Amino acid sequence: MSTKKENALVRAQTIVGAAIIPVFVIGYWVVCSKKGILNTTILTSPEQLVARFLKMFSDGSLWKNIFSSTRRVLEGFTIGAFLGLVIGSLVGLFKPIRILLSAVISILRPIPPISMIPFFILWLGIGEESKLTIIAIGSFWSVLLNTIQGFQDTDPNLVEVADVFGKSKAVILFKIVLPSAIPSVFTGLRLGMSHAWTAVVTAEMIAASSGVGYMIQYARELSQPDLLLLGIVCIGIIGLIIDTVVMFIQKKVVYWRTIE
Amino acid sequence: MGLSVKNVKRVFSINQNDLEVLKDINLEIRDGEIISIVGGSGCGKSTLLKLIAGLDRPTGGEIRLDDKPIVKPDPQNIGMIFQEARLFPWSTVEKNIEFGMTDKLSKEEKAERVKEHIELVGLTGFEKALPAQLSGGMKQRVSIARGLINRPRLLLLDEPFGALDAFTKMNLQQEVLRIWEREHMTLILVTHDIDEAIYLGDRVVVMSPKPGVVKKIFSVELSRERDRTSADFAAYRRKVFDEFFERKEVDTDYSI
Ligand SMILES: Nc1ncnc2c1ncn2[C@@H]1O[C@H](COP(=O)(O)OP(=O)(O)OP(=O)(O)O)[C@@H](O)[C@H]1O
Ligand SMILES: [Mg+2]
Repeated sequence: MSTKKENALVRAQTIVGAAIIPVFVIGYWVVCSKKGILNTTILTSPEQLVARFLKMFSDGSLWKNIFSSTRRVLEGFTIGAFLGLVIGSLVGLFKPIRILLSAVISILRPIPPISMIPFFILWLGIGEESKLTIIAIGSFWSVLLNTIQGFQDTDPNLVEVADVFGKSKAVILFKIVLPSAIPSVFTGLRLGMSHAWTAVVTAEMIAASSGVGYMIQYARELSQPDLLLLGIVCIGIIGLIIDTVVMFIQKKVVYWRTIE
Repeated sequence: MGLSVKNVKRVFSINQNDLEVLKDINLEIRDGEIISIVGGSGCGKSTLLKLIAGLDRPTGGEIRLDDKPIVKPDPQNIGMIFQEARLFPWSTVEKNIEFGMTDKLSKEEKAERVKEHIELVGLTGFEKALPAQLSGGMKQRVSIARGLINRPRLLLLDEPFGALDAFTKMNLQQEVLRIWEREHMTLILVTHDIDEAIYLGDRVVVMSPKPGVVKKIFSVELSRERDRTSADFAAYRRKVFDEFFERKEVDTDYSI
């Protein structure tokens, strides 16, 4: 067993190690900009980026866009994850449903949600519905497939233990099958969340009047490289925050998998 | 009364090929008797225990407990300790042991009984630990406690001490004997350890593989205070060993 001190050292090493490449890239960018060898019509300079950030930060327009995107992600993800969990559980638990849906799932799954955006705009118009649908689909598949997988992760040896002790089907379901499925379900939720975030940016780039995706699209149209880069940095950072939060929750819920 | 295994046969089919794992197994076991089963790996010992536990059905023959055929698990009468620990990774030591209790008891009584069994297998202080935090031998001890807690009339043990160090092993053998002296349940113990088989068994059943058959049954005519270092004990050890060596000679025809 490692001591607290050793743990802290390992963590520090990990953080420093992970920071080397980003620090190097940013440093190189700053130096290039200082020497004036940066083509600022394509790639903005650090000063411009910071200035743009401060301006949008203080006039609230950055928050407005981030807030729009985040709200869409949460709404779309909730719908997609809910459907994925329900259908995934039904497919995982009931063989007739598995047989009934297997062909449908295999045919629909390989279709990238992005390719369906024109359809949804046609059917649902350019408003919120079509965007939420795309985000919901984006998160639906990984939740669905990982939930189905989770129900196949039950160890038959543990079910045999329950049988020897004469436990009911309900006990087997709640004390063995469901806990066995949880790790995989969580993997699905995590992937679903990151797909939802990808989908929102895409949907907003195609049709929206707010959001981080809209911000990037707008910057491209007006040739504003500083706004463009700010949008991209925001996407990266928010994605990282979301993943960290989900991973934190995952560690709490799937506590038996995180023992050192 | 007791357990009667009559002409039991079990055939598995693997890729359309029939594999005869057990053939003509006959055993009459009295109530309160301790039976040790020894035999090489793959000779069908676990398969036989599963049949007795009602987890599997024989292809032929019949198994009866008190003259009633065993057709499904009977937790009130039959308990089992598996070859692997088979614990729930998401449950604490306490909860895993409690899972073995099928009696209707109050919360306090349950907690008391769990505590008693944690002490019995020497895991005090680890009540709230998860299986991933235990060593292999500790996990097996949890599984032993879970199997004992229901106090079944017939307890099936599938190499329960295989993963333990010599000291823990002897301690637990002692504990099982102590519980047996109090409760006089029937014990069927599968083991690879000939000393253990003789130390615990009223009779030692030697099985041989392909197909699994009962090769020989020894009655151990030693008093319960058995001394592993005594000459009588050594004589039994000799006899059982000879049975194995003979099997090896016959087997050389098939060796790879
Ligand atoms: N469910 C099953 N399906 C097919 N074959 C099986 C099944 N269970 C056991 N067998 C086969 O039966 C044979 C005996 O298995 P068993 O587990 O009873 O052996 P064992 O005597 O307990 O061995 P060990 O001492 O290694 O535990 C093996 O050849 C095994 O492959
Ligand atoms: Mg076995």
